Amino acid sequence: MCLAVPGRVVDTWDDRGTRMAAVDFDGIRKEVCLAYLPDLEVGAFAIVHVGFAISKVDEAYATETLRVFREIGTLEQELGAEDRSSSPGEAAP
Amino acid sequence: MKYLDEFRDPVLAAKMFDEIHRITTRPWAIMEVCGGQTHSIIRNGIDQLLPDDIELIHGPGCPVCVTPLGMIDKALAIAARPEVIFCSFGDMLRVPGSTEDLGQVRSEGGDVRVVYSPLDALEIAETHPDRQIVFFAIGFETTAPANAMAVAQAKQRGIDNFSVLVSHVLVPPAIEAIAGSASSRVDGFLGAGHVCSIMGTWQYGPLVERFDLPIVITGFEPLDVLEGIRRLILQLEAGEAALDNAYERVVGPLGNLPAQDMLAEVFDVCDRSWRGIGDIPLSGWRLSEPYAAFDAERRFDVSNVDPSEPEACRSGEVLQGLLKPTDCEAFGTTCTPRSPLGATMVSGEGACAAYFQYRRLSPTEPPKGVVGA
Amino acid sequence: MPDIDVERWVCPLPLRDHDRVVMGHGGGGRLSAELIEHMFLDVFGHGHATELLDAAILPPEGGRLAFSTDSYVVRPLFFPGGCIGDLAVHGTVNDLSMTGARPIALSAGFILEEGLPMQTLADVVIAMGQAAGRAGVEIVTGDTKVVDVGHADGVYINTAGIGVIADGVDIRPSRATPGDVVIVSGPIGQHGIAVLSKRSGIEFGTEVRSDSAALNGLVQEMLTVVPDLHVLRDPTRGGLGASLCEIAATAQVGIEYAESAVPVPDAVAGACSFLGLDPMHVANEGRLVAMVAATDVDALLGVMTQHEESTGACVIGFVTEDHPGLVVAKTAYGSRRVVDLPLGEQLPRIC
Repeated sequence: MCLAVPGRVVDTWDDRGTRMAAVDFDGIRKEVCLAYLPDLEVGAFAIVHVGFAISKVDEAYATETLRVFREIGTLEQELGAEDRSSSPGEAAP
Repeated sequence: MKYLDEFRDPVLAAKMFDEIHRITTRPWAIMEVCGGQTHSIIRNGIDQLLPDDIELIHGPGCPVCVTPLGMIDKALAIAARPEVIFCSFGDMLRVPGSTEDLGQVRSEGGDVRVVYSPLDALEIAETHPDRQIVFFAIGFETTAPANAMAVAQAKQRGIDNFSVLVSHVLVPPAIEAIAGSASSRVDGFLGAGHVCSIMGTWQYGPLVERFDLPIVITGFEPLDVLEGIRRLILQLEAGEAALDNAYERVVGPLGNLPAQDMLAEVFDVCDRSWRGIGDIPLSGWRLSEPYAAFDAERRFDVSNVDPSEPEACRSGEVLQGLLKPTDCEAFGTTCTPRSPLGATMVSGEGACAAYFQYRRLSPTEPPKGVVGA
Repeated sequence: MPDIDVERWVCPLPLRDHDRVVMGHGGGGRLSAELIEHMFLDVFGHGHATELLDAAILPPEGGRLAFSTDSYVVRPLFFPGGCIGDLAVHGTVNDLSMTGARPIALSAGFILEEGLPMQTLADVVIAMGQAAGRAGVEIVTGDTKVVDVGHADGVYINTAGIGVIADGVDIRPSRATPGDVVIVSGPIGQHGIAVLSKRSGIEFGTEVRSDSAALNGLVQEMLTVVPDLHVLRDPTRGGLGASLCEIAATAQVGIEYAESAVPVPDAVAGACSFLGLDPMHVANEGRLVAMVAATDVDALLGVMTQHEESTGACVIGFVTEDHPGLVVAKTAYGSRRVVDLPLGEQLPRIC
């Protein structure tokens, strides 16, 4: 139900009282309705679902989340505590 | 793609899998109630790489799977009418009704069109004033605001040849029904990230309290799903039960207020029957009285549909995690992706379709992680 | 699309009087003759014939003959990177090429919708003529019918083609052998996305252009360095995924490929992302997939990467005796997933 992807707002305009935007998805440009994110500005990233921007992507949180992901297991490694010989999750070469 | 690719990084994923293996010491059953998350798990084979102790149960999170059979039959009856242009999201075209699906109705001459957005259907109504345009408004809370806007704009602009067949469903009542069921094996839930971006996270606190189960609001990319699972396992291993948000870059506690305002205006809560599960009280939305004129169920006389589910289909038990697809007699015999009996075999993230693929790959070995201990 | 210049026509008057196709143009009488002479022959040339016959007569060629046909019903008629005209030529040229045949002649049958603007038809026909010229193949015979308004979506085209296969060339799906390497000639998904971007109800703006191209020149060069190509297939409808599934099923071998090795342009990935499509199931019209013995890979890639139609050629996987009949994708995470034939058209989804 939730197929929604992040895109960057590149233009906004008004269509019969409704705020619309052109959103760029890596070279694809789609017309998106901004009625539910009225304060969204050009340059911002938003999650788009069935032609509507439903949520802004908070770039600070995104960066922080990735930082946390990079840290996961790092402290673990530094302490050298675990035998990691069974690690089926490692990406195959 | 920015904010997508970074959350698919295989190197970070490997670390995440290692960490989940490290912290998991006992069997746990986790359910996601979100078709998008199910799709991500299956497509990326995430369940294959998790520890055997973690069982992922795919819940009723795909609106395609749970749209009541009677509603599909009404859609088929309306779509077959010569004056109607029936517009739908692509997902619905192959879902079987009692006798056929929308794709077959189209091949018999019905004007059935796939659209990306409900606003596309509205535009078709504007350019075809001599036809009746009906839009199949399905979906969870993520999709409802878009559908609501189409109806609101139709009313505002006087586009009277437009109507909607509404079959919205809500996530919290589904979690309540599953967690409250005596036969439930679910230890914790992954919350649907985009549903919460609309509705906020506050609805899930009371569920955590009432059932003493952890719920972690989770995103969709592999790293997001793994993080949701990691946080859930951490709570379960520590004997905790709290609401947590692992998708903060998109989800806030209050949700999207303009969207909620529109939902409150256009829809009323109602009881809803979930295909394969049954009636769940106050689990759906229907059009409110001010918008009743745009209700396709009232505009077209479809009261004589007589839904009959193939008896052999046990989708409902699968959707609740009570039955493994491989335990169903019809599985792989009378029910296959090519000729599905129920929605869980049609939908790309239906558990039955997923099991069908894994089974073909390793016929003697049950799918790792999905079956559990 | 270059304009057709009415002044070039030798006997212009009767054709210029009609700016749209009418039923008479398919009737076999004067209007038909004028359409043939001033539209089709003008662009396609008179071929080997010095007089118009009911059939084209071709000089004898040694070797096995390959014969293929395909019909083209694409909507919209014009899309970024091409139109139904060049598709109709490339498609049949490529089908012949996938058997290792050198295409020598095509036929072109047109079913025209009454009311089709003559300029539109001219644009399509010119595109066909240019595509045929670039591919080094002639359109030597054809047919025209006109149907009532509301049928044929403007124009339907059928092309059939004859080609010659050199001795020693044996290219067919059942030659896929465990140990063979799977190579794709370039990035996938461009044609399907380019066409979809103009489809009403789904329109979006994109720089993605169809990859529609004739591959006969490429195939002949490939055969020069590797005469023993095992399998060639052009992944059109159903995409690369469907082609791999068909080959695996026919040859009863397993095929495994690495998802991260399959080249997908960013814009194609972006479109597939928001529509919910899988690039492996999106149509291509100028790509091929090849399976060859591992010892031939370096030589083959060497010549492919030098050819303008396959600068992006790369290895994506291998043929195996495991899981015969099934195609398996290895994800970037190390998990493996069965890839199935898409069951119908690719439809945008919300789940």
